[in-house]
Amino acid sequence: MLNTNAHLGAKIFTDEVPKAPTRDGFGLGTIEVAKTNSRVIVLCADLTESTRAEWFQKEFPERFIEMGIAEQNMAAFAAGMALAGKIPYIASYAAFSPGRNYEQIRTTIALNHVPVKVCGMHAGVSVGPDGATHQMLEDIGMMRMLPGMTVLVPGDAEEARKAVIAAAAIDGPVYIRFGRAATPVFTTAETPFQVGEALTLFESETPQIAILSTGTQSYASLEAARALSRDGIESVVLHVPTIKPLDTEAVLGVARRAGRILTVEEHQVAGGFGSAVAEFLAENHPVPMRRIGIADQFGQSGEPEQLLAHYGLDASHIEEVARTFARAL
Amino acid sequence: MICSDSEVAELTKRAESIRETIIEMLVAAKSGHTAGSLGMADIFAAFYFHILNHNPQNPDWEGRDRLVLSNGHICPVRYAAMAQAGYFPIEECLTLRKFGSRLQGHPERLRLPGLETTSGPLGDGLPQAAGIATAFRMNGTKQRVYCVMGDGEQDEGIIWESVMFAGKNRLHNLTAVMDRNNIQIDGMTEDVMPLEPVADKYRAFNWHVLEVNGNDIPAFITAVDEAKSIYEKPTLIIAHTIPGKGVSDIEFDYHWHGKSPTVEEGKRFLREIRTLGGKIPHEYA
Repeated sequence: MLNTNAHLGAKIFTDEVPKAPTRDGFGLGTIEVAKTNSRVIVLCADLTESTRAEWFQKEFPERFIEMGIAEQNMAAFAAGMALAGKIPYIASYAAFSPGRNYEQIRTTIALNHVPVKVCGMHAGVSVGPDGATHQMLEDIGMMRMLPGMTVLVPGDAEEARKAVIAAAAIDGPVYIRFGRAATPVFTTAETPFQVGEALTLFESETPQIAILSTGTQSYASLEAARALSRDGIESVVLHVPTIKPLDTEAVLGVARRAGRILTVEEHQVAGGFGSAVAEFLAENHPVPMRRIGIADQFGQSGEPEQLLAHYGLDASHIEEVARTFARAL
Repeated sequence: MICSDSEVAELTKRAESIRETIIEMLVAAKSGHTAGSLGMADIFAAFYFHILNHNPQNPDWEGRDRLVLSNGHICPVRYAAMAQAGYFPIEECLTLRKFGSRLQGHPERLRLPGLETTSGPLGDGLPQAAGIATAFRMNGTKQRVYCVMGDGEQDEGIIWESVMFAGKNRLHNLTAVMDRNNIQIDGMTEDVMPLEPVADKYRAFNWHVLEVNGNDIPAFITAVDEAKSIYEKPTLIIAHTIPGKGVSDIEFDYHWHGKSPTVEEGKRFLREIRTLGGKIPHEYA
């Protein structure tokens, strides 16, 4: 059953489910946090419209800086601004930031431990027609390896807004991952969000499997859990918007209860969210695991739904893997 | 900021003293970058003992000027100057590059107060300095931002991204100093990857460019003063220095870019620095 404490939207399983890209949360969140925090500024590398930095620019033109197509410069420049007291949010596509400017993020932001918020848009295969060059699938791994970096992967536009606001209060670097495609907004303003805390979306009394999901795949995971429940397979869905620091207490809790863990992410299975869960459980409470994600491949052009289905990230594939896994062993 | 003859004499003496500390610390460290550090001793003496508005007793003082070292590998000269200015005890210089030291092989802001930033991977300093300068301008504060960079690191693409940005935004509170010593690890800059005409390149990007003898302290201070009077553009001071300045075995030899003197060499080099090449007596020579 749905966790009522999560205060999910009333119409999320109807045709009327609202849809928005998580990047909208960047535009709304930066405007909101800037109203109360004068240190907040936004930098963008010639992608103001698609990253939604434009929304901020219209509201706070004097606190927006156009960097041109220069992601390396943007990262190091933002580090300088942070050294002088600012809280810069830097926006580009994840393929370029952190894809191209990893060294500047590592040296001038992470090692320097300054409060720059790296906002990677258009992550995952759901970018769609732009193809593999623009479909970033390695960013979670790159960012979670950096000491002191907080890594947030919001599940919908509303949670993205909250994550953007919460990031300003973190006295250090943060990576936030956003997507291009409009996806179901399943949380509401009342849904709890705390950095470092996972959120139970779906609950069962005696779960046979726990589905741990990050980003917009949590909606598909929720759909999968409902389908499984109709067939008498009990599951838990734990939505994990903070990959670092991982909510180890929640992960341990569901691992103990369910004994089987399935992770879901729109990212390479190597090094990403599933890896983070596996690393923790292997040392603390080893249980059988399966990981759904991109299996050591690059993406390709196509419509988001086609690509998500092709790479096994839609609800029906999650359900199928979960069903087989729950009945195995 | 006019510099009297007696001040120039003081600063010249200070630069020699910084050179001595550099040799001592590099001998003790057994690795590190000698040529660039010695070549920049005059400029660092000028910065820490004349140009910068700073307070070694309160390194985080908000109103200070900022000196960003982009080519972090010449940090021995910065550490030596900082120690002599009173940021930390001079004895600590001998811990350079050793386990547990605040004086890391490349400078780390969080380990040593007064460093301003973490640097070493080339090209990252200029954009950080531009970021600080932009923040100061947004805040309406009058401090100046200085960025020392190498000539070899001009090979990095990020330098030109940053040069373009600073030119577009007319960051007049930013003064960059290029250590034009013509050497990099693999050889002479003009052989490895020619930079010339580097002054014209910066001018084309809307910078004000000055060229000075970087081992001439009053000339350098005059150039910094001129940069302060330019309100339309950021300024680049191309400081022509002699790599290894003060030690004849090291001068102009790119092999000394990334190595340190042995104990025996160190003694010989210190004697040369302390006696001005044998011209004057010195009690420790």
